[in-house]
Amino acid sequence: MSLDNKKVKEIAHLARLNIEDSDIEQATAELNNILSLMDKLGEIDTGDAEPMAHPLKMSQRLREDKVLEDDLSEEFQAIAPKTGKGHFLVPTVIE
Amino acid sequence: MTWETVIGLEIHSQLRTKSKIFSGASTAFGSKANTQACAVDLGFPGVLPVLNEEVVKMALRFGLSVDAAINKHSIFARKNYFYPDLPKGYQISQFEIPIVGQGSIEITLESGDNKTVGITRAHLEEDAGKSIHDLYDDYTAIDLNRAGTPLLEIVSEPDMSSAKEAVAYAKKIHALVQYIEICDGNMQEGSFRCDANVSVRKQGEELGTRSELKNINSFKFLEKAINIEVERQIDILEEGGSVVQETRLYDSIKNETRSMRSKEEANDYRYFPDPDLLPVVISDELLEEIKKELPELPTEKKIRFIDSLGLSSYDAEVLTSQKEMADYFENIIKQGADAKLSANWVMGDLSAALNKSQLEIVDSPISSGELFLLISRITDNTISGKIAKDVFKLMWDGKGTADEIIEKQGLKQMTDSSAIESIIDDVIENNPGQVQQFKDGNSKLLGFFIGQVMKASKGKANPKQVNEILNEKLS
Amino acid sequence: MHNLTVAKIIKGLKNKDFSSFELTQHYLDRIKNSDLNAFISITEDEALSQAKEADKKITKGDSSILTGMPYAHKDIFCTKGVKTSAGSKMLDSFISPYDATVTKKLNNENMVMLGKTNMDEFAMGSSNENSYFGPVQNPWDINKVPGGSSGGSAAAVAARLSPFATGTDTGGSIRQPASLCGITGLKPTYGRISRYGMIAYASSLDQAGPMTQTVEDAAIILNAMAGFDKHDSTSANKSVPDYTQCLENSINGLKIGLPKEYFSEGLDSGVEKIVMQSIKEYESMGAEIKEISLPNSVHAIPAYYIVAPCECSSNLSRFDGVRYGYRCKAPKDLNDLYLRSRSEGFGEEVKRRIMIGAYALSAGYYDAYYLKAQKVRQLISEDFKKAFNKVDVIMGPVSPTVAFDLGSVKDPVSMYLADIYTLSVNLAGLPGMSIPAGFSGNLPVGLQLIGNHWSEELLLNVAHQFQMRTDWHNNSPAEK
Repeated sequence: MSLDNKKVKEIAHLARLNIEDSDIEQATAELNNILSLMDKLGEIDTGDAEPMAHPLKMSQRLREDKVLEDDLSEEFQAIAPKTGKGHFLVPTVIE
Repeated sequence: MTWETVIGLEIHSQLRTKSKIFSGASTAFGSKANTQACAVDLGFPGVLPVLNEEVVKMALRFGLSVDAAINKHSIFARKNYFYPDLPKGYQISQFEIPIVGQGSIEITLESGDNKTVGITRAHLEEDAGKSIHDLYDDYTAIDLNRAGTPLLEIVSEPDMSSAKEAVAYAKKIHALVQYIEICDGNMQEGSFRCDANVSVRKQGEELGTRSELKNINSFKFLEKAINIEVERQIDILEEGGSVVQETRLYDSIKNETRSMRSKEEANDYRYFPDPDLLPVVISDELLEEIKKELPELPTEKKIRFIDSLGLSSYDAEVLTSQKEMADYFENIIKQGADAKLSANWVMGDLSAALNKSQLEIVDSPISSGELFLLISRITDNTISGKIAKDVFKLMWDGKGTADEIIEKQGLKQMTDSSAIESIIDDVIENNPGQVQQFKDGNSKLLGFFIGQVMKASKGKANPKQVNEILNEKLS
Repeated sequence: MHNLTVAKIIKGLKNKDFSSFELTQHYLDRIKNSDLNAFISITEDEALSQAKEADKKITKGDSSILTGMPYAHKDIFCTKGVKTSAGSKMLDSFISPYDATVTKKLNNENMVMLGKTNMDEFAMGSSNENSYFGPVQNPWDINKVPGGSSGGSAAAVAARLSPFATGTDTGGSIRQPASLCGITGLKPTYGRISRYGMIAYASSLDQAGPMTQTVEDAAIILNAMAGFDKHDSTSANKSVPDYTQCLENSINGLKIGLPKEYFSEGLDSGVEKIVMQSIKEYESMGAEIKEISLPNSVHAIPAYYIVAPCECSSNLSRFDGVRYGYRCKAPKDLNDLYLRSRSEGFGEEVKRRIMIGAYALSAGYYDAYYLKAQKVRQLISEDFKKAFNKVDVIMGPVSPTVAFDLGSVKDPVSMYLADIYTLSVNLAGLPGMSIPAGFSGNLPVGLQLIGNHWSEELLLNVAHQFQMRTDWHNNSPAEK
């Protein structure tokens, strides 16, 4: 599976990464080079192997429904790039 | 050519837990911005989710109450998209294997007929935070208190064919989640939110392209939004156009739906199993335990009201449609009141008064105990049903208890036969003409005599006795 | 003093041969005089006050064996009040508001953190050249890479800038730099050490571990790092044995498997020679050597380089310039905020892996890439299961070559291919070690030991027995 520049731009947007037009050729070539390594997966006969998402066969542990967290909002907001009136601020989002 | 409407609903009900789905932060509503968002909710580097036990139990409770298949092995997945109120850049949800599988629920239509609506699935997920657009001119403000609040998303089959049916279904689910105490049902606070998938088609044809309506926060708006959207789609199709599959926002002020292109832009969510969470395994023991703890469900209650209380199917349906109403009603009859009479009062005068004042039954100024006393005064012949209505109004206005009002206003029913007789004698004496006509065979005039007697007694004469004595004297 | 092992420092502190303060001051001086660029932050003030505190506790008798022990912490572990950068510009200004569980555990022992070590950005890399804070030099030859991603930790221990360091290993990031710097590195079974507060690269593969001079030290430090954590759903609720108890067991009759796939084309002959010499050493100790096959291990590269990027593309979405970390200057709208903050904040390799992951998970490609890789992962895991029915421990090389020249490998694919011997262990969640086994030229070579799940005791025992018979672990690079 080979990517073209348009697809690379689409993926970059999905990942919210910017690729300058001047860099797109190189980025596409590099990704295709890497993907050629991954495409070897297609040649492997995996038979009826179960997809393995976790290295250990464990099940999810459940937490008791208890409030354990204190309000640390001031500490958290002290390291935020932009805050106001107790909120995190971003450029206006147009709905 | 007639158009057929096809509707499916996705209901997000916020689960009534103390802490969040994956963190120990509080879920309480209405706190100062961001004071209930801990490191996990904020998606700090390195933090990890751990699943809240109660959330799983609540999902199972719902599953069991709609006879759904329970997936004993369900998976949390990540839904990846960027939005400022989504701290991690992904929402933890369930995708391929939700905890609750296929189930169904019965709804009662206006005609009184029942209809079964399929439930496709119900899955657990975390809520996002809130974006506030009107706090600053140049910024959108982010409050992440709601981020990580547990939601159960209940997805129906496209089984509903009108806005009214959709509302009936939504109300049924709304009642159910409150019955089983997994959601407070508060629509204003966003604890219970409906999205509607709406499409139209010509009879017998394939399903049409659907739009997804969002931002509906009341049953009234659900009905309006669907109706306006159906109209819009039919207009487009009749003009030869085609409906676009998209998300549309309902504007309740303008009563219109409009496209939400910003959310449509890139919806490749790249779901994959969340590697920070392991498969949720439900043991038979846990399932048994939940089954045992399950309260009486609306349908079961309805059947009991019909079978052991002798209520009509309609009355039983109305009374069980809301847990609070059923509880109120049951409190009255538990104290020994007649079931049918109590049902009439709850569904009649009480509901009318609540509606008029736009109050919920839990906020009723007349408690179930107080209404019981009023009803008792009817059954013990202290007052007539008609007088009781006046007493009810005074009680509603806070003029005292039933007994206080009856006492103060002297409304006690006249049950002394000799007193009633003397009134009747007066009436007969004063209306010789009518007496003659009655005796000549105009039996309709009985009503006239009763009316005269009641008038003379200021409504206090026991109607049953009046009837008997009149019949006796006039024959 | 700086050549002391953890075990010896424990004795020295106990016997009052030196104080924690003296020790800490000594290491801090060495760190400040070092040009290796092994540290991103030196936490001098904090370290000295921790050391004073530790000395008080030792005097009062209110101490554990590790109280006052200096260490270097990989900059991937969150440390409250101290910059936690993960080697990235994105977190250059990030002062963590909380401690990782591992940090807490070491703090609870009143250990002394000397600083935060350099690393490949977000642990993505095998050479430490992907750090925003510049590459680390290999103390054996400053023109060579130290390996990665825990290159700063490995260099710090090798250059005796710290008695031990923490590391994390997602595809070899403890073992490979340990091998290239001639120290001991242990990646435990997945789930043994809490991941809470360890900045995630690939959640189903990441595992922390100790990087030390000796196996004995690794056992001591593993005791302190390991254990169940209720904040990590993937942490195993399993008791922690005392890993120092089994070190002296005899390994007579031990069955060692050599996977033939680990000794094929691509393996440098100098490295192969050292590995085979080590195997001979084991044979002389009474071990039985068996050739085995891990037929799917050749697929580890494509499987890993799909699984890890998929997980990282999602794990790194939280770095959006909204709540913490880097935000671009004067964003003109939300999209601009996202695009520039992320593009300016992440380095090239990180962006590359995010792109690969986003693509492999996207509609239409999920089955061919992600799901297929998960199936291959299963096959790789089954290979090991079969192998461990026949042998107790698997051995082989860690890296196909010794440390290579800084700046010499420019093509990402060539860099990925060099991870061939380490990736399978992470995919299967197994414990693995690298121990110093000799030199090829002037550069150290590590021997890799792979055990079955939860066999850290055996692995440490086997590795320790080697160090009882050899002296490679006592070698340290010449001081300038």
